[in-house]
Amino acid sequence: MLNFIIRRVAVAIPTVLILILISFVLMHSAPGGPFTNERNLPEAVMKNIEAKYDLDKPAWQQFFIYLGNVAQGDFGPSFRYRDYTVNELIATSFPRSAYIGLWSFFFVVVIGISVGIWAALRQNKWQDYTVMTAAMTGVVFPNFVLAPLLVLIFAVELRWLPGGGWEGGQIEYIIMPIIAMATSYIAQVARITRGSMIETMHSPFIRTARAKGLPWRKIILKHALKPALIPVVSYLGPAFVGIITGSVIVDQVFSTGGIGQHFVNGAINRDYSLILGVTILVGVLTIIFNAIVDILYTYLDPRVRY
Amino acid sequence: MNKLRNRRSWAFLGMLMATTVMLNGCGGGDNNNTSTEATAAAKTEAAKPTKNLPKHPVTGETLAEKQVLVRGNGSEPGSIDPQLVEGSVGGHIVRDLFEGLTNSGPSGETLPAVATSWEAKEGNLVWIFNLRNDAKWSDGTPVTADDFVFAWQRAVDPVVASNYAYYMEIAGIVNATEIMNGKKPPTELGVKALDDHTLEVRLSAPIPYLAIMTSHYTMFPTPRKAIEAHGNSWTKPGNIVSNGAYQLVEWNVGEKMVSKRNPHYWDNANTIIDEVVYLPIEDQSAELQRYETGEMHFTNTVPVSQMDRLKREKPDELKISPLLGTYMYQFYIPKEPFGDVRIRKALTLAVDREIIVNFITKAGQIPAFALTPPYTAGFESTEPDWASWTQAQRDAEALKLLEEAGYGKENPLKFEVLYNTSEGHKTIAVAMSQMWKEKLGVEVSPVNMEWKTFLTEKKAGNFEVGRYGWIGDYNEASTFLSLITTTSGNNDGKWSNSEYDALLEQARFSENPNEQYVAAEAIIAKEFPIIPIYYYTNVALVRENLVGYAVDNPQNNLYSKDMYIKAE
Amino acid sequence: MLFSSKDKKVAALAESLEGVQGRSLWQDAWRRFLTHKAAVASLFVLGCLMLFSAFGQHLSPWDFEQIDWSALANIEEKGRPSIENGHYFGLDPVGRDLYQRTIQGSRISLMVGFMGAFVAVFIGTIYGAIAGYIGGRVDSIMMRTLEVLSAFPFMFLVIVLMAVFGRNVLLIFVAIGAVSWLSMARIVRGQTLSLKRKEYIEAAVAIGVKPFTIVIRHIVPNVLGVVIVYATLLVPEMILFESFISFLGLGVSEPHTSWGALISEGAGNMRTAPWTLIYPMAFLVVTLFCFNFLGDGLRDALDPKDR
Repeated sequence: MLNFIIRRVAVAIPTVLILILISFVLMHSAPGGPFTNERNLPEAVMKNIEAKYDLDKPAWQQFFIYLGNVAQGDFGPSFRYRDYTVNELIATSFPRSAYIGLWSFFFVVVIGISVGIWAALRQNKWQDYTVMTAAMTGVVFPNFVLAPLLVLIFAVELRWLPGGGWEGGQIEYIIMPIIAMATSYIAQVARITRGSMIETMHSPFIRTARAKGLPWRKIILKHALKPALIPVVSYLGPAFVGIITGSVIVDQVFSTGGIGQHFVNGAINRDYSLILGVTILVGVLTIIFNAIVDILYTYLDPRVRY
Repeated sequence: MNKLRNRRSWAFLGMLMATTVMLNGCGGGDNNNTSTEATAAAKTEAAKPTKNLPKHPVTGETLAEKQVLVRGNGSEPGSIDPQLVEGSVGGHIVRDLFEGLTNSGPSGETLPAVATSWEAKEGNLVWIFNLRNDAKWSDGTPVTADDFVFAWQRAVDPVVASNYAYYMEIAGIVNATEIMNGKKPPTELGVKALDDHTLEVRLSAPIPYLAIMTSHYTMFPTPRKAIEAHGNSWTKPGNIVSNGAYQLVEWNVGEKMVSKRNPHYWDNANTIIDEVVYLPIEDQSAELQRYETGEMHFTNTVPVSQMDRLKREKPDELKISPLLGTYMYQFYIPKEPFGDVRIRKALTLAVDREIIVNFITKAGQIPAFALTPPYTAGFESTEPDWASWTQAQRDAEALKLLEEAGYGKENPLKFEVLYNTSEGHKTIAVAMSQMWKEKLGVEVSPVNMEWKTFLTEKKAGNFEVGRYGWIGDYNEASTFLSLITTTSGNNDGKWSNSEYDALLEQARFSENPNEQYVAAEAIIAKEFPIIPIYYYTNVALVRENLVGYAVDNPQNNLYSKDMYIKAE
Repeated sequence: MLFSSKDKKVAALAESLEGVQGRSLWQDAWRRFLTHKAAVASLFVLGCLMLFSAFGQHLSPWDFEQIDWSALANIEEKGRPSIENGHYFGLDPVGRDLYQRTIQGSRISLMVGFMGAFVAVFIGTIYGAIAGYIGGRVDSIMMRTLEVLSAFPFMFLVIVLMAVFGRNVLLIFVAIGAVSWLSMARIVRGQTLSLKRKEYIEAAVAIGVKPFTIVIRHIVPNVLGVVIVYATLLVPEMILFESFISFLGLGVSEPHTSWGALISEGAGNMRTAPWTLIYPMAFLVVTLFCFNFLGDGLRDALDPKDR
């Protein structure tokens, strides 16, 4: 196990470095810069601003300055939010998204997997069709339609919930963000679970178990569930990172102040340091959760060893 | 609205119960008689619930108990440091937190603020501002002329790197340009504290409108102590010290900002709103929905798609006011055939502005025939002759001009119309393209680009006809007319006219610049460097119990301190 | 079928597996596919949809760019869907015929779906097959690269690509496809790892066939079944991704449109002009449903161990 962790970390460091390099190059190849604005700035003003943020230096130099700062845990000042550093922005927005995300993930796992299994056990019966049609609707319904629709129904018309905000993450403020976040993931997980469960139920070892006359409940929980969850786990690993790093739509529609807004706005505003900051965050999280998925595999599938 | 009302009535009920319990509790150990009397009194109170509520000191209107203003603020400000802030979003907050020498009044008039009076000497080259002696920072220290000197030097200091440094240049303050260029130290700026309450400003050009220019946030004072103590994070709640009616207490990026009454503000006694919440909701539909749940007092804007419904359902809440800005398209002159004035004129004439403002933008925008909005302060406009023609006449003339220029059915004019991606710009570009197509038989393709790409391409001259919009920095015609001088950094169309340049240069030193402005507009009316489409309006939904929302301020300067919430 | 030209080669390989003499693996698959009713129905619906998007514009007197000036003044009333004035799906907020625009959008969205999926499948298959076949250090480097790429914010890449390549619709598909091949590569690599140990591959190695030729001739055709199934699921994913990009205002350029662009426009109008949301949404939902059923059907047909 220790060996496994050491190996992963050894690979992770160059991975992150390459990630930073690619992002950096791409970013600087995008037209316009953080201070390109409708109001053209006089040359002198532009020069002063660029000097302040080291943007007047050659790109490679900027890259190494940046790397040096990152090594010390400093992601630099934000260009779009000039009163903030990227560290501050991530520190306030990420916990919010993660909070919504963890709740969403909880529902994704619980509802998605149980619905999937339930549908698989009633394969090709009306319950299966109903649930799977609902799941498919969940997958195909874009959440930029779902989110405003939720607000329209539950906040504007029914007045059951506030239309947006965070207020310390009180329950009434996070219900709709969680629904908007979780719906399509629940649907996906249900579909994947159903498919893999059906496949597992047809495999020889389950037939053997049935032939032995083991009770259904035991067959499902003891024998079928673990192998059936393998594809679900490989889907959930990357999905988990996606869920806890929020969504621009949720942040935009519900004003939750999460980190999701920074991915798109950072790119649109050419907020170089903010984009690099969130890219590194997502990169590191992805690497960590890929490793966790691999560890889970060894538990779910005894044939896999590290 | 129901929600607000419900909350209030619950609060009231709770209060009433508490009072009753308290009174009964007292009555227990006391004489029975008084107790009954007291309860009776409480009951009469209940019958007239408004009696408890405060009244407005001047108008005598009954005020709502909770004076918390929730305002839609469009998007997250880039900064709230007066010298770094730019754009209306940050402006709204900074105007609540800080106060300059003057304020822009409800109809755009210049009102005294920190300065009580001012005078211009030596033919507008030297200005003396007399500061009030009761102005204080939120930490209780007095606001002095030194604070202004410090702030104005910051504005031009290359180390601070303000986007608006050039504002000090426009104001004509001595040495502003040299300091920006790093040729002189900031201390050389032509501004001096004669004593704690007298500020002297020296100008290199006799700008007659300096006083109104000081109502702009770049010229607001900033607290030297706080900045020196906290550096870049001096604007954070807890660190910030401000001299306006409010002080910042909470800032959550993407969610809200909250400011509370500044007890040291010189006019605190007349400020009614206790707390202001700013919601940075970028998505217009989301903002509208927040308003409709009753969580906001006014919105930043209103989505066009809902305009018809809102005009029908909430006519009393929908406020439309002219905004000092012009929506236009510009030609890239160096690119053939746009060097030909006939083509520019034809395309300008054929745009049916009535259709655009009535059916596309729908928010009472005013059709524009010139660059400068006619309601700009001190500007006596003269419209070009074609403004009074019917659209049919304009179309006929346009077709004729195009033929003269050698374009017709066999040889159609082909070009692209560039705009930045947004629902509003799209609809206008699409409608205009169709008008040109159908009326003039030209082949137009609308092209949209993501914002920064759009700006970069336009600056590089990679466009033929491009969208352009300008909101005035200050209420004076030169903020618009100086856009298209040959040397202007904003003249992406590269139109150049020496006569025009000369007129604007003259205007800078003129006692009555209106003469030059009118002449400059006359050149635009002959040369057609731009296609004026409409003058902006500010549209918002404002709750009916909110008083003091300045509908007539052409710069949409909305000071929270001037508003209050009536009891419903 | 799409890959009939390869039938012979595949059939040759298939003989070593099970199956009736003279009937190829693909014919078998087709037979199995036909028993999957939902998939067949979906294929039929998708066919109709494609015909509709190719020729549907002739059924209406309007043009997709044309503004109905007479109705512009009152879209909420005059813009409603109506057979009489020829606006079968009503008008969009600028007064253009929604029926024509939906057809236009269908074309773009379907093209985005197919092109994107094709690019993703193409890159992903080759990449995965090479990584899986060569194995060892190359494999681990290639898989680390995947990890880097999957940690990368897609939106950012798409914005940059679109900014750099301008507003060419085709390039948007390529851009989207180019960032969506990651899971395809993983799946193909997994398949390749198990194929590598098969006798016919070892035979090919023994007679000195070049590794690249082995990958193209022997590995790729054998993973095609999985690839096709995955591709049918990738198409709807592409269409949804395009709609998200359109929602952010980075999608196709006017006067062209897409389902995503129409839906995000409609979402803002759902309270006053619900038809602007309902029609494009219906097209999107039906298409995505069909592709999912089709994917299920193909999986049953091409990957018989499931049943």
